[in-house]
Amino acid sequence: MRDYTEDQLERYSRHILLKDVGVEGQEKLLDGKVLIIGAGGLGSPAALYLAAAGVGMIGIVDGDRVDLSNLQRQITHFTKDVGVWKADSASEKMRAINPEITVHPYNQYLFASNIREIIKAYDFVIDGTDNFATKFLINDACVFEGIPFSHGGILRFDGQTMTVNPGESACYRCVFNAPPPPNLVPTCSQAGVLGAIAGMLGTIQATEALKFLTGAGNMLYNKLLTFDALKMDFRTVNLRKNENCPICGSHPVITELVDSDPAVCDL
Amino acid sequence: MDIHTLDITKEHCPMTFVKAKLVLAKINSGDVLEITLKGGEPLENVPKSAAEEGHRILSIEKNGESHVIKIEKN
Repeated sequence: MRDYTEDQLERYSRHILLKDVGVEGQEKLLDGKVLIIGAGGLGSPAALYLAAAGVGMIGIVDGDRVDLSNLQRQITHFTKDVGVWKADSASEKMRAINPEITVHPYNQYLFASNIREIIKAYDFVIDGTDNFATKFLINDACVFEGIPFSHGGILRFDGQTMTVNPGESACYRCVFNAPPPPNLVPTCSQAGVLGAIAGMLGTIQATEALKFLTGAGNMLYNKLLTFDALKMDFRTVNLRKNENCPICGSHPVITELVDSDPAVCDL
Repeated sequence: MDIHTLDITKEHCPMTFVKAKLVLAKINSGDVLEITLKGGEPLENVPKSAAEEGHRILSIEKNGESHVIKIEKN
């Protein structure tokens, strides 16, 4: 067991006090490696909580720069950061919260050509992206690499999330099969989102990552959690692995990663 | 079976039980931890918390200004 400094004991005291985390669980967090894809509405709260929790290595990927319109919900970015790479901005805040952790910013987008190389250094992946093309790419790459991940999506007042344990639980394609036709995806002028629901969902994703690393509780495997913040109604739908899933079913037809056209809408 | 000692008379909540948990995590099951602590909050909470985590409270004795509790690790 590692020797905790007095400062570490105090910093992590509220974790250590938890029966389901304790000294051993905190040690797993300090040794844990989580990659956050997207430093936006979902990635922002996830990054801050994982850094605060002492997750030993946190990577954060985003190929975009901070825009004024992001600040309504992407809480790791401040007004002074407009124009700064989002991954750099998020990394600065994570280091400020917890100088003990290692943070790797990736100021780039992910494609079929680079995603596997980046994710394989991590224990768990958080999908905080805003487009279906990347969500399917993350699913497929995590299935191929066998890395568990948390899927998350938000729009208007709604959120949805599921956690995938590749090969063991339903994957994103088991449930949704393929990206929707671009004309069914709201265009940027139609899409709005209540800022605080990004925090609701991104924080659920961070919680899943912390549970995965510590082994506490039950993961959101084979379950799709959805909420409607207007009614403040939470539901959980049970899922099962799909035998006909194109990537993790009995006769997979997807055998390599491909890039598809993103129907990008910046949420 | 080993006997370990810990003095948390200078600690305040919640570091009292945090320090106790740190030692309990390091020692072997069946080992005994003797904790010296102050009356009031630590005396009320540390034995209760240790019991909630499945450890056995063997004894609680007053020792001058402080108290000594013996805990057998689960």
